[in-house]
Amino acid sequence: MKICITSTGKDLHASVDQRFGRCPYFLIIDTESKQVKTIDNESTIASGGAGIQAAQIVTNEKVGAVITGNVGPNAFNVLHAAGIKVFSGASGTIQEVLEQYSKGKLQEVHAATQASHFGLGGHIP
Amino acid sequence: MHSGITITMIIMEVIVNSTTLIIKIKRKSIKMIIAVASGKGGTGKTTVALNLALSLASACLVDCDVEEPNINVFLKAPLYTQETVTVDTPEVDTTKCDYCGKCAAFCMYNALAVVPQKVLVFPELCHSCGGCALVCPRQAITWKKRIIGTIEYGTRGTVELYQGLLNIGEAQAIPLLKALKKKIDPTKHIIIDAPPGTACPVIEAVRGADYTLLVTEPTPFGLHDLKLMVAVLRHQHLPFGVIINRDGIGNDAVEQYCNTENIPVHLKIPHSEEIARLYSQGIVFVEQMEPWQSKFHTMYQTVQQEVTASSS
Repeated sequence: MKICITSTGKDLHASVDQRFGRCPYFLIIDTESKQVKTIDNESTIASGGAGIQAAQIVTNEKVGAVITGNVGPNAFNVLHAAGIKVFSGASGTIQEVLEQYSKGKLQEVHAATQASHFGLGGHIP
Repeated sequence: MHSGITITMIIMEVIVNSTTLIIKIKRKSIKMIIAVASGKGGTGKTTVALNLALSLASACLVDCDVEEPNINVFLKAPLYTQETVTVDTPEVDTTKCDYCGKCAAFCMYNALAVVPQKVLVFPELCHSCGGCALVCPRQAITWKKRIIGTIEYGTRGTVELYQGLLNIGEAQAIPLLKALKKKIDPTKHIIIDAPPGTACPVIEAVRGADYTLLVTEPTPFGLHDLKLMVAVLRHQHLPFGVIINRDGIGNDAVEQYCNTENIPVHLKIPHSEEIARLYSQGIVFVEQMEPWQSKFHTMYQTVQQEVTASSS
């Protein structure tokens, strides 16, 4: 299965980005082959609907799960409609989060964890 | 000539000389569309709009601050809903859609998302451009109307008021403002009360105005936002002048700026306890302070002359 982790950088040593819609990169990781694909998130500059656009990008990659810090209502609705599981509250490096995920230590969420526009300003939960 | 100007009486003197035909037009009692804007909020746009309206023999006020219209707090005209304003939003026929995703890829406002076996529409993000329906290869997209607000109308004495009221939670004021501005009858003295700021709704509010009065206060904050609004109007090639409200506070930097930039300062409204008291009681101050009626009236005539001079 492929999973998507929101990332501050382009490789496994980067940290998980706490934002979904406006994170700089998506790392698409194949849990079997361990292949990593880096996608520049063009939604970072969207004037509105960044979460929707980001969820569309991730959906097009046919991932089974998204791991991030927080996810807003519109993005969650798209991911949920696409049947993609969402794991939030992740922190640390991508490598560490991957290990937590494989050990089943991440929490799946069934609703948005933040209000709209969380990723636009310096709100730290 | 500016579109909003109507000429109630035209006297033409036709002078024919050997090479050219010169038509000299004398206008009398021209009607204008005046917009009142500010940049900074709370500088006194509504105060100026109302005092100007009540200083003219008759006027039509248009409250374009559709997120929070407040002219009628002072005018107190009985209002009725004249029009419900709608926008078109896409609806997807799932019997025709094959989830190709072209609509979502086209939409620059991210109002659509396509996932396997489902299309999600986010109506509040849609700008009703119609692009999704154009790119859909299967004609699966139709339109449905969505109410975004209302236009209310009322009169008090010789003053008319149109006000837009955007529904709570709506992000887009522009379609409502466009509908509101269609109500403008150019044979009347029109005074548009613009929303604060310098963003899209302000630009829509001042569009087509013959003249814009920029209300500011003589403070660093007032000056900062005045400069932003001056830049907007110069970019739009719209003529404007300044009114300094709460004159006496702050410093003279606004006046110095206007002098340097050759911007006329039409009026200074003092920082006065009497005006503040009337305001707090919901009274338009020209109603109690009669000398101000002629000051506003004179200002209107000055602006008329400026507009007439630049359009002839």
